[in-house]
Amino acid sequence: MALEERDPVTGRLTTGHQWNGIKELNTPVPRVVYVFLILTITFGLVYALCMPAIPLGRTYTKGILGYDERTAVQRDLEGAAAAKAPWHDALDRLDYRELAADPVVMQEIRETGRFLFGQNCAACHGINASGNRGFPNLAGGALNWGDTPEAIEQTIRVGVNSSHPESRIAQMPAFGQDGILQRPEVDAVVAYVHDLSREGIDASRQRHPAGQEIFKAQCAACHGAEARGNSDLGAPNLTDRTWLYGGDIQTILDTVWQGRQGQMPSWESRLGARNIKLLSAYVSSLRKE
Amino acid sequence: MITNLTASERRGALLILVVMAIVGLFFAAAGRGDPIALHGALIMVVALAFAFPVMGHLYDPEPSADRLDTYYDDPSKVGMILTFAWAAFAMFVGDWLAWMMVEPTWTTGSAWSSFGRLRPVHTTGVIFGFGGNGLIATSFYVMQRTCRVRLPDQLSPWFVLLGFNLFCLLAVTGYMLGITQSKEYAEPEWYADLWLVIVWIVYFVLYLRTLARREEPHIYVANWYYMAFILVVAMLHIVNNLAVPVSFLSAKSHSLFSGVQDALTEWWYGHNAVAFFLTAGFLGMMYYYLPIRAGRPIFSYRMSIISFWGITFMYMWVGSHHLHHTALPQWVQTLGMSFSLVLLVPSWASAANALLTLNGAWHRVRDDATLRFMMIAAVFYGLTTFEGSFMAIRSVNALSHYTDWTVGHVHAGALGWVAMITFGALYASIPWLWKKERMYSSFLVELHFWLALSGTVIYVFALWNAGIIQGLMWRTYTENGNLAYTFLDSVVAMTPYYIARAIGGLLFLTGALAGCLNLYLTIRFAAPATEALSLMPLRDPVSDAVIQAAE
Repeated sequence: MALEERDPVTGRLTTGHQWNGIKELNTPVPRVVYVFLILTITFGLVYALCMPAIPLGRTYTKGILGYDERTAVQRDLEGAAAAKAPWHDALDRLDYRELAADPVVMQEIRETGRFLFGQNCAACHGINASGNRGFPNLAGGALNWGDTPEAIEQTIRVGVNSSHPESRIAQMPAFGQDGILQRPEVDAVVAYVHDLSREGIDASRQRHPAGQEIFKAQCAACHGAEARGNSDLGAPNLTDRTWLYGGDIQTILDTVWQGRQGQMPSWESRLGARNIKLLSAYVSSLRKE
Repeated sequence: MITNLTASERRGALLILVVMAIVGLFFAAAGRGDPIALHGALIMVVALAFAFPVMGHLYDPEPSADRLDTYYDDPSKVGMILTFAWAAFAMFVGDWLAWMMVEPTWTTGSAWSSFGRLRPVHTTGVIFGFGGNGLIATSFYVMQRTCRVRLPDQLSPWFVLLGFNLFCLLAVTGYMLGITQSKEYAEPEWYADLWLVIVWIVYFVLYLRTLARREEPHIYVANWYYMAFILVVAMLHIVNNLAVPVSFLSAKSHSLFSGVQDALTEWWYGHNAVAFFLTAGFLGMMYYYLPIRAGRPIFSYRMSIISFWGITFMYMWVGSHHLHHTALPQWVQTLGMSFSLVLLVPSWASAANALLTLNGAWHRVRDDATLRFMMIAAVFYGLTTFEGSFMAIRSVNALSHYTDWTVGHVHAGALGWVAMITFGALYASIPWLWKKERMYSSFLVELHFWLALSGTVIYVFALWNAGIIQGLMWRTYTENGNLAYTFLDSVVAMTPYYIARAIGGLLFLTGALAGCLNLYLTIRFAAPATEALSLMPLRDPVSDAVIQAAE
């Protein structure tokens, strides 16, 4: 069976076998293959000698370079912390007014704040903090829980309707769904609220007296008789241009009918006090621009 | 096709199907409230759908003894049709996902079409559905011809082929129902895994039996690779899927491993799935179809040996390079990186062996798109293995890890190597199997080739750019030592590259659909081949046609 033939193209002999017409040449392995095998294996051996490599039961060979990933990362982190120490110290020590007056620290806050905000807050509030439906615009617009740096800090720390024990709690009831109001009453109060921010409170009162009555009975407890809201309760001002979910008739109807229980997580355990202060100063600085 | 089975094979098939239907019924009835009940019902319906036609032919006469003088190719034919069907389905899902990366709202809004559920549908569909069917169909074809012997029986190849497809069906329907064990490329749950073990053992035994009965004195290289593929995939699959079901009536299970051991087991599996499913199996394919189609002898038998053992030995150790700079102890990372670098040598030797085989047949590469598919596959095999070894270097990996470069690398291999060699092999064997002169439309083959090549190049270039930009954005610091970009910045920056990627994928998908059309036209309308070619007798005095044709 094994009859070698000479391949006319390469001049090589075949191995003498064939399978379904396939033959193989007996070409020697090109030297370059051996050269690269030796080179790569040598590199592997030298690398193993230099770096952590061979397991020895409970430990392993550390390598002659003594490189250890964990200590390298530790060193980097310590270096970064040392570089930031001066302004971190200022951040801890100064209050918000003093911080705002210090341009050097504010520069750091703006840079680091943008990154912190982008990694933690932007998914809901948007990369420019301009908000999304259900998530307030932090760069402008009114904030339900108050817009002083201290109020913002508290909101970030405990969250809204979150699992934090001190969480801010705001629950807009489902007036329609839960049968507190009938559909015509809901329609009346919705029409009243809709015109508050557009026509002003006096015009709206004149146009929707029934709606105003219902508002006084059902809504004023939180939103206030003048509908200007109450930042202690997280109740929004209904006379301004800022709407969390939307100020058109249909959206206001949805809000009154099914209620709203927006949520913001508590960031206390994740970010820590210093970063929360930094973010509060950052968000406040956005609002000033 | 059923009448070609012997009476005892038909009885055996019926028995298997009835047992499957009963098991399916049991899960459907007992697994109330658990998604496993739906899968039980699915198994029952599939088993019954096959059981009724078998029953209809149960008492048909024995098939003629003439069949034993030819190869048994029916399972290969069905397997190749399934290969194309899975390609169309899974590549469609892939491109849908690619567009979802551009515009996340392009879903139906229901849970099954969320990105997280469709992503494994795509990966399982292309790797196992398309790749696996291609491997099974061609392995039956190749092993018979290179052993010069008919498959030992007619039932087990069907069991392997259809059983494997049932596994794929359970897998992709399961993901859409939310059934997953959350291990990449090993998502199916315990019952589907157990079923695959049975199928795979039958496959392994079938291969061994065929080899044992071979008429050729030596075992051809392609069969080494197919054997390595079957044997090692069995080992990987069993070890990585060791798990304890919550109950035997629940689809949920928990892995036997936890923490970093689980991660290492998973990537030992994951990388060797690349090695032995997506590399060894398809090298087997290449070693048969490329020399046959080129009409050239393999460049070097010796290089085949050194590459085969290099690849099979070296790949086993490199899985840990998927876990560079993680909780995995650094010495394991050193091991993975060192072996990854050595692995480049046998990989390139394989690619070189394929390309050098084409010396003396380059005019055919120019004229024949089918052979060009195989040539480009070898080129991409070389490119991807180089890239893989490069990315396994820890400092390179620090840049590439978690970026779309990884996705680009995988697709350079999957589109450029795996899919190209498979399409080449299919276009070569379909006319032989259906006894046609050639594919119905050589224009469509040519069109498919250029769509596939341009799609792959666009895809890979887009994600090289995307990945390197991502990696750089994640490590850029300002003068004050702050990170310059947020993660969202890097997401926004990806938009143009994701659009390019989705267009590349669309081109590749269009090519695959052209292939499906051509398959249909060939089976239905192509001119039959001359008698001499269509007989394919087992005991033909082996001609020297191959070498002579090259002269």
